[in-house]
Amino acid sequence: MTTSEPTIVQRPVVAEQSAAGPANPAVVYETNDLAVFYGAFKAVRDVNINIHQHEITAFIGPSGCGKTTVLRCFNRMNDLIDIARVEGKLLYHGIDLYDRAVNPVEVRRRVGMVFQKPNPFPKSIYENIAYGPRLAGLAKKGSALDEIVEHSLRQAALWDEVKDRLNDSALGLSGGQQQRLCIGRALAVNPEVVLMDEPCSALDPIATGRIEDLMEEIKKRYTIIIVTHNMQQAARVSDRCAFFTTEVNEVSDTRTGMLVEYDTTDKMFSNPSDERTENYVTGRFG
Amino acid sequence: MAATAPHITTEMVQARLKGQKADVSGAIFKYLLWACLGVVLISLIALIYSVSGEGLEKLNARGLLNFMNAPFSIRPERTGVYQGIVGTVTSAVIVALVAFPLGVCAAIYLEEYASDNWFTRLVDVVTRNLAGVPAVVYGLLGLAIFVRGPLEGLTGGRSVLSAGLTLAVLALPIVIITSAEAIRAVPQSLREGGYGVGATRWEVTRTLVLPNALPAILTGTILALARALGEAAPLLLVGAKDSVFSGGDWGDLRGDFTALPSIITDWSTRPAENWNASTQAAILVTLAIVLGMNTVGILLRNRFDKKK
Repeated sequence: MTTSEPTIVQRPVVAEQSAAGPANPAVVYETNDLAVFYGAFKAVRDVNINIHQHEITAFIGPSGCGKTTVLRCFNRMNDLIDIARVEGKLLYHGIDLYDRAVNPVEVRRRVGMVFQKPNPFPKSIYENIAYGPRLAGLAKKGSALDEIVEHSLRQAALWDEVKDRLNDSALGLSGGQQQRLCIGRALAVNPEVVLMDEPCSALDPIATGRIEDLMEEIKKRYTIIIVTHNMQQAARVSDRCAFFTTEVNEVSDTRTGMLVEYDTTDKMFSNPSDERTENYVTGRFG
Repeated sequence: MAATAPHITTEMVQARLKGQKADVSGAIFKYLLWACLGVVLISLIALIYSVSGEGLEKLNARGLLNFMNAPFSIRPERTGVYQGIVGTVTSAVIVALVAFPLGVCAAIYLEEYASDNWFTRLVDVVTRNLAGVPAVVYGLLGLAIFVRGPLEGLTGGRSVLSAGLTLAVLALPIVIITSAEAIRAVPQSLREGGYGVGATRWEVTRTLVLPNALPAILTGTILALARALGEAAPLLLVGAKDSVFSGGDWGDLRGDFTALPSIITDWSTRPAENWNASTQAAILVTLAIVLGMNTVGILLRNRFDKKK
């Protein structure tokens, strides 16, 4: 692995300025040669990315290229896996997120997450939203909590559908509704960043459309990073786009994910610098 | 489609779908399962039948309450199981109070907190082995630690407290194993949902994992409790005494005691023929108490299940 450094690292992957791109708002995350290991296995390496405030950043790439693994670094969700280990630097507002002094619980309060499969708690719709704010001490009960629940459900574009049955079980909702509930649950603790791990992969096109509209709406207040297998989705919703791919190590017969190119979505889909990106976005590969 | 598979005709499809091809191995397996169920049911019915003849007669003649309220007597026609009921119910409470919290906490630690290393795997294997250790070994342990050992001052020696603690140690591995399995069965996505909104490990465990695992944990605890209460060997070793001096005062944790299984053991070994009916009546009472405890447990479990 150390002997064959890929050519891609030689030139700067991070496109700070792009003629066609949006103006550069504040940087929320900055990674420097970020790599993630599962035990001795290097899952993904050499990730250099800046995530900008109030933008939607999409991670695209074939299966197994480490998109989700990288995403789960951003709120230290990988901590839940015993053997996962992170190398390199991951700065959040200039703070090393993996510093010993950093409390992962506090990180996850500021950086919410929506998962691939809707995972509402087996509680009522109300309790699903109220769960986070209660633990965070934002509101314990009564009208203050009611307000947070309503506001979160409205942000998640779910309020009108559920306002008359807030005490019904969340498990009775449809898949698309459950996923919007999970988005509302993430927004209820007032995070700064929302990580979305293929949030639409289990949903039909109509539900997907609603969630994409929702993302467009909430990005004014939040910074969003989304992992998606759906290139049209990345092209539709994202401002910037990172393309990952896998590289086979013939000696150990393992695959390591790596970042190929990161730029504004316009550039990535119209005129990418790397041939592999072009092959992927035009459907010739992956 | 016709171009790629011209040999398939409607008649052939119909013949295929309607043709009955016997699933022999499937049928054999089904009957085998029925046979297994039959063996279990027949044993249970045989047990009840064998004790219900004379036993029921005895209970009818004496009156159930009279038999249950009478203390031990050397005359079989006057003897009763009152002290045994006190001992069994008291030790059940002790087992529940000790084994349930300890076992559930151990399971939470193993599943939610401890990392997967050689030590936790060793603990896991040892726990599984302990669940299979014969009850008499636990009796010896109880004798060495609770009756004559360092805790004699606390338990008062041969007491219902010693018996309850010994049975709790016996039930503990089963409670740990079933609780750990119940906790493991809680989907990881649920935990991630909790961590994702900034819950701490304890908050995730308390508000999401435990409520979801509780019905299965209760089931396991009930089974462990039923097994512990049915054991006679450890009771005999920690000094269950079947005599007119066998305690029988509610709340007297440190005095002489007896319990239903040791009463049954004792009476069944008495030579005189007329002890038979009393033994059988005692077995019926024991079965009824165990059944009652299981029912309470199942009702509790259903209650928590519905809350979800």
